[in-house]
Amino acid sequence: MKGNRWGYLWKITKGNRILYGGAIVSMILSAVVSLLPPLVIGITIDSIIGNKPFNIHPRALDIIEMLGGKSLLAQNLWVCGLVLIILNIVNGYFQYTRGKWSAQASENIARNVRNELYDHLQNLPYEDLVKAETGDLIQRCTSDVETVRRFLAMQLVEIGRSLAMLVVSLIAMFSLSVKMAWVSISVVPLIFLFSFIFYGRIRKAFKGADEAEGRMSTVLQENLTGIRVVRAFGRQAYEAGKFDDSNAEYTQLWKHLNRLLALFWSSTDLLSMVQQSAVLIFGVYWAAMGELSLGILLTFLSYIDMLLWPVRQLGRILTDMGKTHVSLGRIREIIEKPLEDMNEEGLKPPMDRDIEFKNVYFEYDEGRPVLKDVSFKVKRGQTVAVLGATGTGKSSLVHLLQRLYDYQRGSITIGGVELKDINKRWLRERVGIVLQEPFLFSRSIKDNIALAKKDIGDDQIYKASRIAAVHDVISEFEDGYDTMVGERGVTLSGGQKQRVAIARTLILDSSILIFDDSLSAVDTETDNAIREALEQRSKGITTFIISHRITTISQADIILVMEDGKIAQWGTHRQLLSKEGLYRRIWSIQNSLEGELEKNLA
Amino acid sequence: MDAFKEQEYNKSIDFGLWKGLLKYIKPYKKKLITLALAMIGVGAVDVAFPLMTKYAIDNFIETGRINGLWGFAGVFLGLVVFQAVNVYFFIDIAGAVELDLGYDIRKAGFKKLQELSFSYYDKTSVGWLMARMTSDIERLGATIAWSMVDLAWGLTMMIGGLIAMFYMNWKLTLITLSVVPFLAVISLYFQKRILAAYRVVRKTNSKITGAFNEGIMGAKTTKTLVREDENLKEFSVLTGKMYHSAVRAVVFSSIYLPIVTTMASIGTALALWSGGRGVVLGVVGFGTLSAFISYTAQFFHPVRDLARIFAEFQNAQASAERVMAMLNTQPDIKDSPLVIEKYGTEFAPKHSNWEEIEGDVSFQNVSFSYKDGEEVLENFSLKVGRGETIALVGETGSGKSTIVNLICRFYEPQEGRILIDGVDYRERSQLWLQSNIGYVLQDPHLFSGTISENIRYGRLEASDEEVIEAAKLVNAHEFIMKMDGGYNSDVGEGGNRLSTGEKQLISFARAILANPRILVLDEATSSIDTETEQMIQSAINRLLEGRTSFIIAHRLSTIRSADRILVIKDGRMIEQGSHNMLMRQKGYYYRLYTNQFKEERELSALNA
Repeated sequence: MKGNRWGYLWKITKGNRILYGGAIVSMILSAVVSLLPPLVIGITIDSIIGNKPFNIHPRALDIIEMLGGKSLLAQNLWVCGLVLIILNIVNGYFQYTRGKWSAQASENIARNVRNELYDHLQNLPYEDLVKAETGDLIQRCTSDVETVRRFLAMQLVEIGRSLAMLVVSLIAMFSLSVKMAWVSISVVPLIFLFSFIFYGRIRKAFKGADEAEGRMSTVLQENLTGIRVVRAFGRQAYEAGKFDDSNAEYTQLWKHLNRLLALFWSSTDLLSMVQQSAVLIFGVYWAAMGELSLGILLTFLSYIDMLLWPVRQLGRILTDMGKTHVSLGRIREIIEKPLEDMNEEGLKPPMDRDIEFKNVYFEYDEGRPVLKDVSFKVKRGQTVAVLGATGTGKSSLVHLLQRLYDYQRGSITIGGVELKDINKRWLRERVGIVLQEPFLFSRSIKDNIALAKKDIGDDQIYKASRIAAVHDVISEFEDGYDTMVGERGVTLSGGQKQRVAIARTLILDSSILIFDDSLSAVDTETDNAIREALEQRSKGITTFIISHRITTISQADIILVMEDGKIAQWGTHRQLLSKEGLYRRIWSIQNSLEGELEKNLA
Repeated sequence: MDAFKEQEYNKSIDFGLWKGLLKYIKPYKKKLITLALAMIGVGAVDVAFPLMTKYAIDNFIETGRINGLWGFAGVFLGLVVFQAVNVYFFIDIAGAVELDLGYDIRKAGFKKLQELSFSYYDKTSVGWLMARMTSDIERLGATIAWSMVDLAWGLTMMIGGLIAMFYMNWKLTLITLSVVPFLAVISLYFQKRILAAYRVVRKTNSKITGAFNEGIMGAKTTKTLVREDENLKEFSVLTGKMYHSAVRAVVFSSIYLPIVTTMASIGTALALWSGGRGVVLGVVGFGTLSAFISYTAQFFHPVRDLARIFAEFQNAQASAERVMAMLNTQPDIKDSPLVIEKYGTEFAPKHSNWEEIEGDVSFQNVSFSYKDGEEVLENFSLKVGRGETIALVGETGSGKSTIVNLICRFYEPQEGRILIDGVDYRERSQLWLQSNIGYVLQDPHLFSGTISENIRYGRLEASDEEVIEAAKLVNAHEFIMKMDGGYNSDVGEGGNRLSTGEKQLISFARAILANPRILVLDEATSSIDTETEQMIQSAINRLLEGRTSFIIAHRLSTIRSADRILVIKDGRMIEQGSHNMLMRQKGYYYRLYTNQFKEERELSALNA
């Protein structure tokens, strides 16, 4: 992989860096301000309530004088209280801006990354989409983005806060009392080191527990989806045992993890409390000896509290950063996949023209040609039927027309314009293709049909679905066209899905229409009805039909018979019948059938 | 998409519901009590720390003498160790209770799911059930265990703190704690809102996951329809919503936390003001003042936590509701107590009382509907002798699958009876019947694991030789041996490392190993390459040998070789008889057959 993953992180923060800066500045200010209340309490106790001389910066002394000086303040202690509250409000304000701005920045970045991923995925070349592994991609788009988002929203700011806290409180502590400061940080490095190392182990346990969770849900999911098999073999008890194993493993691993966490928190608690006791005991000793004032001791006790928490967090966050690094890599792998070139600058010629294939050669993998030297001509408005065995290149042939794949040699022209010179969007909007296994989106049937065109009237939707012979089926549903498709709604049969997909493509008013075996799950009679309705409507539309039904094929203007990536025969029904070949063989089955049936019965 | 959906919530507290859960909590009573004790210990030490500081101030700093400081240090360190030990135990115990509770409920849930009838599965999506069995149960265990932690600790802190403060100076206590009621109200208000805001975030997040899922699965379609820009626009609306709801949730908590600390600082200010005056007047000691300052700073913690528990309770209750609803569902098809007594349950069958099955099946005036008013079968009668092969033919939705489902007793007839070996099948257990029926699905379902594990699913105690034998019988042996691990090759999740044809062969081997007297076969419609096709065809023939078989048939060769063909239309048997008989009738079957005959012939000529 080129470049650096943290560099990629820097790149995606673009446009939100000022917000981030604001958040970080707020955080530092908040850290500084949060050190003041303990100081105020300390000074109040020592020098306003008590009688110690002020041991503070002259500037701070000015403020006290401004507020009325020691004697007035001692009479009006509420002023000190008020200062405390005001400091807290100021701190609170910075915390608020920090929270808000870092949320805005990180959520904005997450949004951009999500949008970019989504857009990138759907604009990948067709062959990448065919090979896509949905589960893995979703994982990357959701959990990995979430990991990065959390890092940006919390951990990054937290690291900053911990460091700021550390620096500011160290400065404050050392300026108050050098020896107390040394006492206060004596155990801190140990805590940091311990939490850093120990958390590494916890993360491993986390991973193991996570995997056990995955295994358990696989067992559950397979049981639920295969419940028929379970019942049919009477395997309920066996399944219960299997689930119990994974359930127990999951429980056991999480318990192990929980025990590690218990150990982690209790031991860092112990170390932290030892640190606190050291501060208290040494502080009390020195205070009793008169070498330290009570106020400063109380201030230190507050500071040490503030310091310990971030130090413990820091160890955890630093170990967690590895996770972010991995996630960034996984996201970048998607983003760096080259996009399909849409040929935006390409020509936008009229598409209702004659089509010509000339010596077209095409392969998916190098050296394994799918189409070899394919040539034929189609006049505008003609219907072309493609016949051939599985794997002879029928689908590839029509896919080339939408440039879902690119041919390596030869030429395909529409109205004399080379396909490769045409703007792809323009091309696809005018060449409608219905895939054999169409995908319907989980929205209403109406929205599925209107997918390709916004602002379309109901009557147009009805018209399209009438042609696709699916209007009656839809009307019979309880919610009609508003019926939801998918898990939340009706499950359509294969044939119904194909017909909805046809209606969806018809909406486009394409100049060229392609049916890639998209009537395979529709019965013969409906198939005929659809084609008749189409013929009525689509005068002037060039149509390609891939089908294994000879009656469907026979009615086309031109029939292409494919064999092994080549056009073995082509012509009209009549022409082909007059020649020896595959077409005639198949057609003759039709006629010999009646006789054969009779013979079978005899 | 259901799997990605977040659920809605109900508001009022439902005591009956929690009572139902008590059964699961009971075994952990002792642990929960120990947990509470540990938390009381933690809370007590937390309360003690400021008192220790006060003691040190009063006895050492104020007096300037350090006699007993080392003793004090010893006690203090003792408390520290005690605290750390308690922390260890409370995390360990709470986690154990959470996980064990989850384990128990999941186990009960899974058992229930094995008992529920198919009518339940028809109405309930797998995604929904998965969510119940995973996140809901997890949340339930976590809430019960950790609420106990927060509750015991919070109450100890509050009560202990109150006692300590009142003991030291009751007036000062009343003054400094005057902010607590406000704090409580504000906390409750915010915690609820924060939780609700995060719920919106989660909901939107699941929608985004759903959108990604659909975006990727539908990408090919999107490309052919040139809908990329529209899609992105719709998706950005979703991510925009996510942005706003997430920022909103954070803003809520970013307002809440400063308010809490400010409220706490008001308490501290009051302590400083009023306590400080007391010190000046000589009625309050420095130690007491410092203890009060600590307590006021500490007090908001339990208040915040208790407010959170209340807010979370709503979530947990919603989870509990759904989980209990699942656990309390009664299966539509149940064996009668009498039957259970003789034949045992699904989980503890009494095999010794089971009769040998012969394989006679008969329907007597059976009527059936999935939903009220939509009869799928009406007054259907049929008699099939042992060893007979029956082909069921008809359009999708004609009722073929229903007949098969009724034979397997996946559903029961609403009217009429179904007899196996002359006995109403309701007089025997479901497991008895289902153990004797082999059911081979159109879309074979395999489980993660090895090939041999999947075949052995048919008969768990089968030896390796028997597994191989079964595979050989259905022509699966050859392709299995070609795989890297042979019979120990991993089939992947749901068998997705195998092709459809291979999966089918494995599922045949599985069925043949089970050696059932009655076989139900839902033949695949999808076309496979000719070679596999022939292998499957001969495997099917092996499978049918000597068994009473019902085939939902699509291939003509299968149909032709059946002893009897039933033509089903609109829930009725309109024609029945042998192939030749039906062809001579030139009725519905004849048309169906000739149409398909043509297509099959064309296809085979094409692929020859």
